[in-house]
Amino acid sequence: MALDRITGEHSVAFIRSEQLFDWARRNSLWYLAFGIACCAIEGLMSASGPRFDFDRMGVFFRASPRQADVMIVAGTVNKKMAETVRLLYDQMPEPKWVVAMGACASTGGPFREYPNVVLGVDKVVPVDVYIPGCPPRPESVQYGFIQLQEKIKRQTEERRAARHDRR
Amino acid sequence: MTDPRDTVLTHALQAEGTFDPGRAPAGIKRIPSGVDGLATEHLVVNIGPQHPSTHGVLRLVAELDGEEVMNVEVAVGYLHRGIEKLGEHRRYHQLGTLMDRGDYVSGIHGELAAALAAEQLLEVEVPPRGQWLRSLMSEVNRIASHLVWFGTFGLDCGAMGQFLYAMREREALLDVLESVTGQRMMFNYVRPGGVLDDITPDAEQKLRTFLRTIDSYLDEHHALLGGNEIFQKRVRGVGVIDRETGLAFGLTGANLRGSGVPYDVRRDKPYAAYTELDFDVPLGATGDAWDRYLVRMEEMRQAARMCRQCIEGLPEGDVMAKVPRVLRPPAGETYACVESPRGELGVHLVADGSDTPYRFHYRAPSLFAMQVLEEILPGHLLADAIMLIGSVDIVLGEIDR
Repeated sequence: MALDRITGEHSVAFIRSEQLFDWARRNSLWYLAFGIACCAIEGLMSASGPRFDFDRMGVFFRASPRQADVMIVAGTVNKKMAETVRLLYDQMPEPKWVVAMGACASTGGPFREYPNVVLGVDKVVPVDVYIPGCPPRPESVQYGFIQLQEKIKRQTEERRAARHDRR
Repeated sequence: MTDPRDTVLTHALQAEGTFDPGRAPAGIKRIPSGVDGLATEHLVVNIGPQHPSTHGVLRLVAELDGEEVMNVEVAVGYLHRGIEKLGEHRRYHQLGTLMDRGDYVSGIHGELAAALAAEQLLEVEVPPRGQWLRSLMSEVNRIASHLVWFGTFGLDCGAMGQFLYAMREREALLDVLESVTGQRMMFNYVRPGGVLDDITPDAEQKLRTFLRTIDSYLDEHHALLGGNEIFQKRVRGVGVIDRETGLAFGLTGANLRGSGVPYDVRRDKPYAAYTELDFDVPLGATGDAWDRYLVRMEEMRQAARMCRQCIEGLPEGDVMAKVPRVLRPPAGETYACVESPRGELGVHLVADGSDTPYRFHYRAPSLFAMQVLEEILPGHLLADAIMLIGSVDIVLGEIDR
C-alpha cells in the first residue's frame, strides 16, 4: 500500500477501508503514560525527549487509558500491581497492543526470584512485542515500536488471506 | 444500615482489602449545612497508581471537601520487589546492581552507599583517584537527577517547555556516564574498593563542554520556569514544611534544607573526596515549595562547581584497591550513608562472616518525604496537592523497594 507515496493534484487512490484504518493506526500509536519503574525514565521520558523524539513516529503519550492504543509495561509488575495492569488493559478501547519493555516486564528480570514478582507481564495481559534490556535504550524502544507497526501491517494481510481461504 | 452515599468509600476500602461490612465506614463525615438543611459530605477520590503526576506508582486516597483536601492517605507497595531480601542472597559486590534499581534516577549514589558499607566492614582503603572519581560521578548523576525533577515538577504545575530543555541537558550528562560506565541508567560502576574504570578522554571532553555551558543554561531554565508569574503564584507560600515538622518526619536532603536546616551528609559526614572539595550548602527560609525549588536549582550549580574541581584536581594512580574476588567481611554490622539527590541514603549491613550479608537494609530518603505528604497536603487545593507531590521529589523504586 503506497498511499503515502502518492502525490500529485488529481491522483485517485483505491484502498480497502480496513487497510486504510490499519495504516492510520500504525502511524499514530498513542501509548498510555503508565510508568511503573526504572524503564519509565528511559522508555517514556527520554524516548519522548528532544533527542529521540518519539513524536516523529506518531507515538505520543496519553494520560487516560480510554484514549490510548498501546500500553508500554515499563517496569517490574508485582502481584499487587498486576490487578491494576489488567484493569488498565481492559479499560483501553480495541484495537489495542501491549509492549513489554525490559527484562522485568518480559520475564521478571533481576527480581524473578522474589515470590511477589510476576514472572513476565504476559501472565496478566497478552503481549505483542518484547523489548530486551535492563533498561532498554530509547533506540531499542523505538525499534520495538517499528516491529509493532510491522505486526499491525502483517495482521491486515493475514486477516485478508484468512477471509480469502474461507471463500 | 447501608446508605447509598457510602458507596464511594466502600469501593475505596474494598480495594484496600480492609472493608468490614458490619462496621460503618469511618472516613465519611456528614456535615449538616446550616443554611437550608441540605447535607453535604466529603468525597473520597482515589489518585493513582496510574496517574501521570504521581512519579511512579504512588497511590493516594484523598478525602475532599469541594476542591479542598481534608485528609490524605498514602498507599504504597505497588513496586515492592524485595530488594532488601534479595540482597541477603547476593554477594557484596552484587549489591550495587540492586541499589541501582532502587533509586533508579540516581544509581551512582545507591551503589556508593552499598560499597561504602562493604568497605567499612572489610576495612579497605580506596585509592585517591577512585575517591575523586566517586565524587565526580556522584555530582554528574546529581545534576542529571535534579534535571529529571526540574522537568517533571514543571509538568505538575502545568508547564511543558522546561521538560524538553531539561531532557536535552540530561542527555549530555548521560553521554558522559555512558562513556565511563557503559550504561545510561544502571551503571554498576562503584564497587567495593573503588570504581570499575577510569574516566575516558571522550567522557572528559564531553563533560568539559557541558560544564562550560551549564550555568548559562540553568539561568535560562530558571528564567523560563521560575520567572513565570503563574508558577510563582502556585508555589510561593504553598506546602510549608516548617523546621520542626521536617526534623520530626526525618526529612533529609533538599526537602530539609528548604526548611532552613543545614544538614548535608557531604559536609557533615564526609565520604569520597568531599573533604577536599569546596562547595556551599544552599538553605531555604520558610520551607515552602518555592524554597525547595530554589535549593535544588542552586544544588545543580554547586554540583557543576564540584565537577569542575574534580576534573582539575583528579589525582593520578589506581582507581581500585586490591580486594579479593569474593568478599568475606568479618561478622559485624555497619551503617554508611551518602547524600543522594533526595537526601540521606544509608545502607545498614549485618555480616555473618559468609560471602553474603545476613541482613541488608537501606534508608530511602523518599520514604520520609512521602510520609510528610500526609501532614502537609490537608488544607490545600487538589491541584496544589499534585504540585506538592512533585515538590518533595520522590522515587517510588526506593520507597517500595
